[in-house]
Amino acid sequence: MLESLLFIIMSLITIACAIGVVFQKNPIYSAVFLIQTMVSLAVLYVLLHAQFVAAVQVMVYAGAIMVIFVFVIMLLNLNKNDMEDGKTKMPMQKPAAIILGLVLVVMIGVVMTRTIYQGAQGEYTPEVMDQIGNTQLVGKMLFTKYVLPFEIASILLFAAIVGAIILAKKQIIKEEK
Amino acid sequence: MLNQFGITFLDLIGFVILFPLAGTIINGFLGKRLSKSIVGYVGCAAIGLSFIVALFVLLDLLKLSPEHRVFEKEYFTWIGSGAFRAIAGLQVDPLSVVMILVVTGVGFLIHVYSIGYMHEDKSFYRYFTYLNLFTFSMLILVLANNFLLMFIGWEGVGLCSYLLIGFWFEKKSASAAGMKAFIVNRVGDFGFILAILLIFVTFGTIDFTEVFHAAPEHLQIGSIVAATITLLLFVGAVGKSAQIPLYTWLPDAMEGPTPVSALIHAATMVTAGVYMVVRCNVLYTLSPFTMTVVAVIGGATALFAASIGLVQNDIKRVLAYSTVSQIGYMFLACGLGGFITGVFHLVTHAFFKALLFLGSGSVIHGLGGEQDMRKMGALKKYMPITYITFFIGTLAIAGIPPFAGFFSKDEILLEAYTKGSLFFWGLGAIAALLTAFYMFRLLFMTFHGKSKMTKRVEEHVHESPNSILFPLIVLAVLSVLGGFLGFPTLSVINEFLAPVIGAGHHGLAHGGESHHVSSNLMFSMMGISTGIAIVGIVVAYVMYISRPELPGVIAKRFKGIYNIILNKYFVDEIYDATFVKPTLRASNILWKVVDVKIIDGFVNAVGRLTVLKSEVLRLFQTGLVRNYAFSIMLGGIIIIICSILFL
Amino acid sequence: MEVPLTWYLVLSGILFSIGAVGVLINRNALVIFMCIELMLNAVNLAFVTFSRQQNSMDGQIFVFFIMTVAAAEAVVGLAIIIALFRNKATINVDDINIMKW
Repeated sequence: MLESLLFIIMSLITIACAIGVVFQKNPIYSAVFLIQTMVSLAVLYVLLHAQFVAAVQVMVYAGAIMVIFVFVIMLLNLNKNDMEDGKTKMPMQKPAAIILGLVLVVMIGVVMTRTIYQGAQGEYTPEVMDQIGNTQLVGKMLFTKYVLPFEIASILLFAAIVGAIILAKKQIIKEEK
Repeated sequence: MLNQFGITFLDLIGFVILFPLAGTIINGFLGKRLSKSIVGYVGCAAIGLSFIVALFVLLDLLKLSPEHRVFEKEYFTWIGSGAFRAIAGLQVDPLSVVMILVVTGVGFLIHVYSIGYMHEDKSFYRYFTYLNLFTFSMLILVLANNFLLMFIGWEGVGLCSYLLIGFWFEKKSASAAGMKAFIVNRVGDFGFILAILLIFVTFGTIDFTEVFHAAPEHLQIGSIVAATITLLLFVGAVGKSAQIPLYTWLPDAMEGPTPVSALIHAATMVTAGVYMVVRCNVLYTLSPFTMTVVAVIGGATALFAASIGLVQNDIKRVLAYSTVSQIGYMFLACGLGGFITGVFHLVTHAFFKALLFLGSGSVIHGLGGEQDMRKMGALKKYMPITYITFFIGTLAIAGIPPFAGFFSKDEILLEAYTKGSLFFWGLGAIAALLTAFYMFRLLFMTFHGKSKMTKRVEEHVHESPNSILFPLIVLAVLSVLGGFLGFPTLSVINEFLAPVIGAGHHGLAHGGESHHVSSNLMFSMMGISTGIAIVGIVVAYVMYISRPELPGVIAKRFKGIYNIILNKYFVDEIYDATFVKPTLRASNILWKVVDVKIIDGFVNAVGRLTVLKSEVLRLFQTGLVRNYAFSIMLGGIIIIICSILFL
Repeated sequence: MEVPLTWYLVLSGILFSIGAVGVLINRNALVIFMCIELMLNAVNLAFVTFSRQQNSMDGQIFVFFIMTVAAAEAVVGLAIIIALFRNKATINVDDINIMKW
């Protein structure tokens, strides 16, 4: 019962914050709403017995990635007036997009409720997971079954770092000329 | 089937064609960086080695019994498509061995000669590349085991001929002559390729052995199919061998370097038509009508070309017309069923005509490029060796015993008399008379009499270097001895070639064993033909040595005829008016109306339509990212709806 | 009472739709980026839900990788935005339309 209550409260907060992200004029508010959305999602992950993912969600997503966003917003020194000047070139875009979004919600809802997902059941029931520990299981899988994607992910991150440096650096050289 | 000696040279027949190919590749790709002497050595060595292999092949072939002297070496399936199969392979039999010996032997001498003759030329390596490529193609032509491979060689020699005629392409006349040769040859090649198609349709194969084996059972004697195939083949032969009506390219081909004229346009390539007719003799014997056509065209060409040769003043053109005329002889022999005689004349002709061309080349070389006989004379004392060898060649072509030309020509006349009729014999005899006359006219104008050279030329006249004289001497010896291959009572060549003719088919072939002629007739014929030759020589002597004013007088008296002959019967002009000009006009119409207006119009219309459509469609491309994102999402939703509805 | 897992999936769908609408209606490139993150989060939620449903760990591992990719994407994307801002002094996507002349 408590679980259901928690789910309802959290999902409402999540949806409200998500809408806030979309409709806020000031990007810094959007970022704050997004952080709240992610924290709420982390609570939902805990409800789903995915404690490790919840922790990572808070640390990496709400922490690291969003910090970069806020950092960039600060760096570009944007305020809400910057986006207001000049009329939109697509007046029909906003209502059309909202209608489309509603249609999409309905469609996904139909798909999700109509379809019955039945697949082979794995061995990690919530009881097993609570006994061994979610983090330990994730670590074991990362270094056994998923060791190759794990390594590839490290290369991807490395490439991203190099790419970001190159993209930022190029401009400086050009300006010196 | 016959290889009980382990590896024989017959198995190594591939090397005969590989050496010239290697020479082509080396000279073609590296020639620019190699010195002239190395290029020359490579070119000659390629043909020389090929000749040596050919000799060993001959020896191995002689070890076999006559009826087993056919050897086919198949290398790989070249084209396999449905019922059509072409297996690339080489066929060794007496006929192809004779041909490869002539091609590589005479070819080798001409390569050696070229070193001296072309030494000053700046694209020396290009010349040897082409020459080796020519030899390669010619060997493919004669060694091919099926019609299609033969056609490849056929086209290959045509290409090399074009390249070598236009070798000095800076000269407009040379490049034009090259194109003329190429285009005139196309006409013949078209006939050839149609013949190949018809052969495939008729027999279901293009392999020589299979076709000739199947032909007598498949085709009735005198059937229309046989006549069509052989006539189409003969069209090809007419083009390549410069017979009436497609002979006009050969005299123009003399724009090429003289050794080229000797090798391609006298000794080997132009005789490919004769070779082809002899190779297909089984088919030809099935069509008496075609045989008559071949004989008539051969005889007519022999006489016609000889008459033009009477009045030409360019030394090489005289020889060119004489070549046309002599090939006419070969076809006359073939048409009358004397295939072996045709090949025999081909061989002796290769010797003495190559000799004559190389001799004339030596003269031209000595005179610094002068080709007009009216500006020569009295060269005997300046160029003694050239003179002696040239004299031998002239005697050989005129048909004086015991030189090579006598035996072969005499045999053709005998053939004409016994198998043909007095008409064919008359054609041959008159042509022989004219031949003797114009050849001695050439000899007298060039080497005898008073010098008509300009001062500047006369100071520089010199005997040619050894690399030019050596081939002359060897060819002179061959011109003396070559005839004994077909000496009436020994007749080595008849015996050797007999298995090829009719390919052992029961009595259908009436070629080959033709010598059941009484010796009386034979010797009287010999006497007559010798007499004819001597008459020609004497007339030439009277007109050009003892009474030099006589030709002018005769020319004035018979002004009309003289002008017609001097202008080669206006054949070039007639062709120009009937074929070239209308084609040109039609092409112009096609270009300016059909191509520019209609075809280009269609293309432009398509282009304009595209532009118009783009003008409309580009309105969808707003360049705004969010619009695109909207489209993506719309598409995604449509997919979801579809999956809900239909899955 | 257990919460039906379908609810989680519906929540995931709602979040995804909101993110998609946000991408379509915002002109600020940074906010568009945030909306993309929102969509990714919605997908993550679906993955974790399925993982729970199947009693399997693979879904959670997948979420882990999605986060890695999201981090890389955010870094490169933001670097691009910075470079763009230096060049054109704007991050309004409607002004960045040089693809069409």
